[in-house]
Amino acid sequence: MRINCPLCGERASDEFSYLGDATPGRPPSGASLKEWHDYVYLRDNPRGPHHEYWHHVGGCRAWLVIHRDTFTHEIFDVGLACDIEESVG
Amino acid sequence: MKEAAYRNSAGGLIDRDRPLKFYFDNVSYQGFAGDTLASALIANGVHLTGRGFKYHRPRGIYTSGTEEPNALVELREDARREPNTRATLIELYDGLSAMSQNRWPSLAFDILSVNNLLSPFLPAGFYYKTFMWPKQFWEKMYEPFIRRAAGLGRAANKPDPDRYERATLHCDVLVVGAGPAGLVAALAAARSGARVVLAEQDHRVGGHLLSTSTTLDSKSAESWSDDIRTEIEAFEDARLLTRTTVFGYYDHNILAAVERLADHLPVPGAHGARQKLWRIHASRVILACGAFERPLVFGNNDLPGIMLTSAARTYAMRYAARPGSRAVIFTNNSSGYDALADLAAGGVNIVAVIDPRSDIDSQSIAQAEAVGARILNRAVILGARGHLHVRGVDVDAAGVRERIDCDLLCVSGGWNPDVHLHSQTGTRPVWSPDIAGFIPAESRQRELSIGGAAGQFDLANALITARQRGLDAARECGFMSSAFDLPDVAKGSSAYSIEPLWRVAGYHGKALVDMQNDVKETDIGLSAREGYKSVEHLKRYTTLGMATDQGKLSNVNGLGILADELGFSIESVGTTTFRPPVLPVAIGVFAGSSRGQHFSPTRYTPMHDWAVRHGAKFVEAGQWLRPRYYPRDGEDMLAASCRETLATRNSVGLCDVSTLGKIDVQGADAPEFLNRLHSNGFARLPVGKARYGLMLREDGLVLDDGTTTRLAEHHYFMTTTTAEAAAVMAHMEYYHQAIWPQLDVQYCSVTEQWASMAIAGPNSRAVLQKVLTRIDLSNEAFPFLAATEFNLGNFRARLFRISFSGELAYELNVPAGYGESLWQALMNAGKEFGITAYGTEALGIMRIEKGHIAGPEVNGQTTAGDIGLGSMLSSKKEFIGRPLAAREALVDSAREQLVGIRCNDSSMRLYAGAHLVEPDKAAVIENDLGHVTSVTYSPMLKTWIALALLKGGTTNIGKTLKAVNPLMKHEVNVEVVSSQFFDPENTRLHV
Repeated sequence: MRINCPLCGERASDEFSYLGDATPGRPPSGASLKEWHDYVYLRDNPRGPHHEYWHHVGGCRAWLVIHRDTFTHEIFDVGLACDIEESVG
Repeated sequence: MKEAAYRNSAGGLIDRDRPLKFYFDNVSYQGFAGDTLASALIANGVHLTGRGFKYHRPRGIYTSGTEEPNALVELREDARREPNTRATLIELYDGLSAMSQNRWPSLAFDILSVNNLLSPFLPAGFYYKTFMWPKQFWEKMYEPFIRRAAGLGRAANKPDPDRYERATLHCDVLVVGAGPAGLVAALAAARSGARVVLAEQDHRVGGHLLSTSTTLDSKSAESWSDDIRTEIEAFEDARLLTRTTVFGYYDHNILAAVERLADHLPVPGAHGARQKLWRIHASRVILACGAFERPLVFGNNDLPGIMLTSAARTYAMRYAARPGSRAVIFTNNSSGYDALADLAAGGVNIVAVIDPRSDIDSQSIAQAEAVGARILNRAVILGARGHLHVRGVDVDAAGVRERIDCDLLCVSGGWNPDVHLHSQTGTRPVWSPDIAGFIPAESRQRELSIGGAAGQFDLANALITARQRGLDAARECGFMSSAFDLPDVAKGSSAYSIEPLWRVAGYHGKALVDMQNDVKETDIGLSAREGYKSVEHLKRYTTLGMATDQGKLSNVNGLGILADELGFSIESVGTTTFRPPVLPVAIGVFAGSSRGQHFSPTRYTPMHDWAVRHGAKFVEAGQWLRPRYYPRDGEDMLAASCRETLATRNSVGLCDVSTLGKIDVQGADAPEFLNRLHSNGFARLPVGKARYGLMLREDGLVLDDGTTTRLAEHHYFMTTTTAEAAAVMAHMEYYHQAIWPQLDVQYCSVTEQWASMAIAGPNSRAVLQKVLTRIDLSNEAFPFLAATEFNLGNFRARLFRISFSGELAYELNVPAGYGESLWQALMNAGKEFGITAYGTEALGIMRIEKGHIAGPEVNGQTTAGDIGLGSMLSSKKEFIGRPLAAREALVDSAREQLVGIRCNDSSMRLYAGAHLVEPDKAAVIENDLGHVTSVTYSPMLKTWIALALLKGGTTNIGKTLKAVNPLMKHEVNVEVVSSQFFDPENTRLHV
C-alpha cells in the first residue's frame, strides 16, 4: 500500500506501523470501569471502511487516522491524529 | 559430444559462431548461444526430460515458456543446485549441467512407473482416503514414502553462495511484457515524456513475434523489435528491464519483479548479484503479458513428442531446431493453421491437420494446402501411440477411424490470455465466448491489459490499441503526445476463430488435464461425483492447477470439464484465486542482502572500540552490541563477571550504559505530560533532581521503568530501558498526538547523542572527583538522586547520582563523540583504586542481588504490585493505566508476586524458567506456584540466588519449595526469601 502522509507525502506502507481502531474515544475522568474495559478491549474489526490509527514510525513520527477500506485497501482519507482529536474536542 | 542432428543449418536467433557444450543427465551435447536448454535438447533430438509426478509416465518438452509442466530439471550442482527449473526458460551457457528429476534409476527406465499400471488404485484424493489411519503412521511412514516417490527435485543442502539485491523503482507507466503490444505501448508512453519501465521476461524483446516469420514494415520481427528497444532505451526517463519477471501485483499499484542478472552465466561475476528484487511503484500499469496456448485432452496426450503448436513453431523458427520430421496438428482454432507455414519452413513435414470443427475458414484451408497437409475436419485424436515418444495417432474423423504415423504431434486447444497479474489486483477474470477464454475484468487498480493478455489476438488491431493505451496512460500522468504511425503488418492469417473442445469423447488410455500434477480427465468427474463441485474444492481435492506452473496450462480445460460434468456453464464455474507469485521465486532474492549480520543494523555505543581493544565479549541487546564481560587470563563468563562485581562492590567499577533509551522532554506542559505518563508523581520533582519512574499501559500492566531528571523548569531528561526505548517513544507520541494534543510539550529521542557511563562502588566519588574537579561531589552537596548539568572543557556534561548496583554510584553523560575519551579519563583516574570495567553480566548480578527488576520481571503480564512497586501507584492523580490497574484480578493478593529465592546448598545452581512447586508435590501444572525469572550466582552471598514470581509473593518467605526445570532435567530445593538479598537497608547507597 501507499499512504499519503499529510506531512511527508505519499510513502510506502512499510514506513508505517499499525495500531488499530481509531473510533473509540478515551473515557473521560471518572468513567466507570466498564467504560475503560470497553475502550481498551473492545475493538471493531470490520470488513470495509474503517478508521484506523497508523504511526509514521519510519518517517515524521506523526500518528495518523486513516480512513481505509479493509477489504479493498482503498484509502479515502489520511489525517493527523492531533488535528482530529482537537477538532473533536 | 554429438552433433545436433535436428538443427537447421540456417535461420533462427542463435549464434552459430558461439557453440556451447552442455550436459543433461551427464551426457554432453552441443548448443549455441541464444538457445534455451529446451531448444538445445530438441536440436539434439532429446525430448524425454522427466517423469510424471504420480504415475511416472514419460514426459517431454511440452511448451517453450513459463507454463512448462514437464521439462523441470535440477540445474547446477552442489550449493547452487536448483530444483524444478524450467528447461524452456534456462538460457544456455557453456558447461551448463542439468539433471532430470523424478525418476529412478534412470529416465528411460523408471521403477515407479509401475504406478501407471496401478493407477486404478490411485484416484483423485487417494492420499486423503488411504493414509488416514492410523494417525501416528502419517509422519513416520506415509509422508516420507510419498515424498520419496513424488520426486520434486532436490534443493541444495548448503548455504546459497550467491548475492541478491533489492531495489525500488518509481515510474509513471509500467508495461509488463515487451511483445509487440507492450513495445508499442511503452514507446507511446516514453515518447510522451512519461517515466516508463518496460519489463520483459526474455533476454530479447519481441515476444511471440520472434517465433514467427511475421514482417512489420518489411522488417523482420526481431529487427523491428530491436529498433523500438533502441529507441526506448535512448529515453532518459525510460528503462527496459530484460530477464525480469513481474510476479506480484500488490495494493496501490505496487508490483514486484525479479531480475535475473546472472542466471544466464555459469556463476555471477565477481561482486555481482545473481538476482535483484524490484519493487515497482507505478502510477499506471499496462499488462502486455500475452497468452498461453491450451493443450487438448485426449488419450496419451502427455507422450513425449506431443507439444503445443506454438512451442513447435518457436523451436523451428527462433531456434532453428526441428521438433520432429513428420507432424500431425490437432487444433480446434485458426491459430493452429497460422503456424503451418513456419513449421514447414523449419523443416517439419506436416502430414495432417485434425480439426473437430465442421466449418473451417477458407484462409485456414489455404494455409494447410500451401504446406501440402491433409485436413480432417469433424475429426479428433482418440489416442496417441508410442512408448517413450509419439509414433502415431488414432484419429476419428466423423466416425471413420484412421491411424496416422508421426513423430511430432502439435496441439492447440485455443488461447488463454495471461490474466494472472490482473487477477491479483483482487478481481476475477470474465469468460469471453468469442475467444473461449477468460479475459480481464474491470480492474480494482489503475491497470489495463492489451494484446494477447486482453484476448486481442489480431496483431494489427492489437498495435492500434496498444498505442492508444500507452498514450492514455502517459496523458493520465500529465504527459501529452500525439499518435504515431504503426507498422504495416503483412496480413497472412485469418480472424481468430475457435470452437472449444474440453475433452475428446471416447479417448483411449489416460487423458491428462494437468501434466504437472498428473490430474486425469476422469479425476475431475470423480471429484464432482464425490461432491467437490466448487472449483476451489476441485483444485484441492485433485491438485489440479497446483505446483510450480499454477495451472497455467491446465486450469481452463479443467474448468471446462467440470462445467460439463456439472451441467453448468464455464462462466458460472469461475476460476480459482490467483495469488503471487506468477512464477516460483527464489527465497534468497526476498532476503536480498539482509542475511546473517546484515539482517538488521548493528548499533555500537561510543565506547565500543575501547571495549573491543580490552577484549570484551559482547551480547546482542536488540540491535545493540553491549560488553557482556571483560575476561582476563582465560576467565570464563562466571569468573570474569564475579571478579567485576567484587571489584565494583569493594572499590570502583565502570559500566557502559549508553544503550539506555534517552528522551529529551521540553515545554510548558512537560511536567503535566510526565505526570500523566508515570504512575508516580512527577509534577513536583524539583529542578536538579532525578526520580525513578514507573509507566503503565492503559490496561494497568507495567510498560517500563527508568529515571527522569528535571534539568530546568520546563526541561526534563528521561531514560528508558534498552529494550523498550522505541516502544516508550511511540507510546509518548501516541498519547500526546492522539489523546492530548493540547499539551504544550516537545520531546525527542537523544539516545544516540549521549554517551552514558555508570561509575559505581565505594571509591566512585574519589575517582570522579579527580576528573570533575570543580564540582562538589560530597554527599551533602550532591546527595542520592541529585543531578546537574555543567561545562566540562568545551562541552556540556550531565551527572546523575543514581544507582542500579546498590553502591554509591553516578551516571555521567557526555556528548557521544567524547564518550571514549571520558571513559579513558575515568579509567586513568581510577587506576590507583583498581577501577574495573564491568559488563552486563556483572550489572545483572548486582541488580539481582539488590532485587531490582528488569525485562524478565516486566514481562507484559505483571502489575506494579506484582513486582513490588505497588506503592508507586499514586492515589492523588490520574495517570495512564490507573483505572484498569484497580481491577479485582490485578490486585488479588494471590497473584504471582516478586520474591527472592536462594539455594541453601551452595553447590547447587538454579535455572531461569524453572517452575516452583511444593517439595512433596509432583511437577505438574496443577501444582504450579510460579516461576523463576532471573538467576545468578551471587559472589557476595556465595550461592545461587534468583528472583521469582510466586503465588502469594512475600507471604511465602521462609518456605521451602522445589524449583523444577524439566527441560534441563533439573530440580533443587530452594528457600523463599526477600528479593533484596544484599544490603537491604541501602547503607551503601547513601554515603
